[in-house]
Amino acid sequence: MTPDEIRKVIVEALSKIAPEINPASIVPGVSFRDQLDIDSMDFLNFVLALHGRLGVDIPEADYPRLYTLDDAVAYLASKTGSRPGT
Amino acid sequence: MPMLGADMEAGTLVEWLKHPGDPVKRGDIVAVVDTQKGAIEIEVFEDGVLETIVVQRGAKVPVGTILAHIRGTGPAAAIVTPAATPTPAGMPRPAVTPAAPAPPSARARVTPMARKLAADLGVDLARVTGTGSGGAITHDDVQRAAQAAPAPVDRAAAMRSAIAAAMARSKRDVPHYYLSATIDMSAALAWLHAENEKRSMTERMLPAVLLIKAVALALRDVPELNGHWVDGAFRKGPGIHIGCAISLRGGGLVAPALHDADHSALPALMRNFQDLVARARAGALRSSELSDPTITISNLGDQGVDSAFAIIYPPQVAIVGFGRISNRPWAGAGGIEARPLVTATLSGDHRATDGHRGGMFLTAVDRWLQTPEKL
Repeated sequence: MTPDEIRKVIVEALSKIAPEINPASIVPGVSFRDQLDIDSMDFLNFVLALHGRLGVDIPEADYPRLYTLDDAVAYLASKTGSRPGT
Repeated sequence: MPMLGADMEAGTLVEWLKHPGDPVKRGDIVAVVDTQKGAIEIEVFEDGVLETIVVQRGAKVPVGTILAHIRGTGPAAAIVTPAATPTPAGMPRPAVTPAAPAPPSARARVTPMARKLAADLGVDLARVTGTGSGGAITHDDVQRAAQAAPAPVDRAAAMRSAIAAAMARSKRDVPHYYLSATIDMSAALAWLHAENEKRSMTERMLPAVLLIKAVALALRDVPELNGHWVDGAFRKGPGIHIGCAISLRGGGLVAPALHDADHSALPALMRNFQDLVARARAGALRSSELSDPTITISNLGDQGVDSAFAIIYPPQVAIVGFGRISNRPWAGAGGIEARPLVTATLSGDHRATDGHRGGMFLTAVDRWLQTPEKL
């Protein structure tokens, strides 16, 4: 999977939780919680959606690495063996 | 039409899931009612046979209106009204508007997405023609109906005014007292992290579930906080049914119950809580969840507040508030150190209890959270 594809998966997962969001408006470096009104249950569902879609196992200790769009793309790219720069 | 919370005055019958002649069992969902809290599934409390449908789909009727008659194996029951006149055993009351039995295929199936959209747009599902497989109503069907329909009901505004009425009544009628206690969450969180590490991703639990369970168990110690104030007296709850205040996207909130939370093991409680939040936000709650909480928890920790002093939801007699769990200074045996702390609050109805009992309750919540393995 390319980082762009991962980004798409992340945005899809977020859109299921917060249908009113405009994907283009997500600020990559700001935490989802701060910009999207995401609570801990939403975040848990987000992580589970990524797990289901990408088949990656994410330890709880790594959850903070999924707080922003940039961090989440980088983290999931490393987990899925994504080719950098594509 | 059941009273689905103190703030409800009327509801619209959206769909009958059972038809005259159908056998029904306690707990079966017989109808879907639209309220300002979304589409609510109406359960029956009696075994028997659905005799007649009184309120046709599409009709908006006040709380207390008889929706249908059930010929019971025990005393006959009318759905669903506390004000209903009891009828002799085995004898259905005369039907106001007998309905012709509908063939099973006539029952409109609705996809969850479509139901959610209909709730959001205020579309009456009874007036939507389904084009999905087997005539199911789909997302697109609802959208088409919404475009064709006259001005939609402003659900958010309806919910806002219902909350306003209930909260104004509470502040007017209920003499609140307020207590707070700061609780050390070190033991609870350490236990939870270790437990989650052993669990698969789908089975991990949130700290909120520990708080809910600790409240449920503490209520066994202080049952005077668990129940309702009815006709000038306290009536103890039939079980510990914890209402969870759940905020909805687009504003408003609902507080449906986790039934018998004190009897649920933590993993089951987590699954039920997850399911409850999902259904609350999708507008698909059940009547019993809205009508029978015996106390409510308002957890505003995710919003970053330190403490939440909530307003009691009548006829309940108490509401528990939690702020965020955050590292703060704590004077322990080894001096001052940073520990994860949470502030728990209790708003109590002073007609039912005094601050003394309320204090014992918060102490019990604290005590339970210090032995998380026993939760």
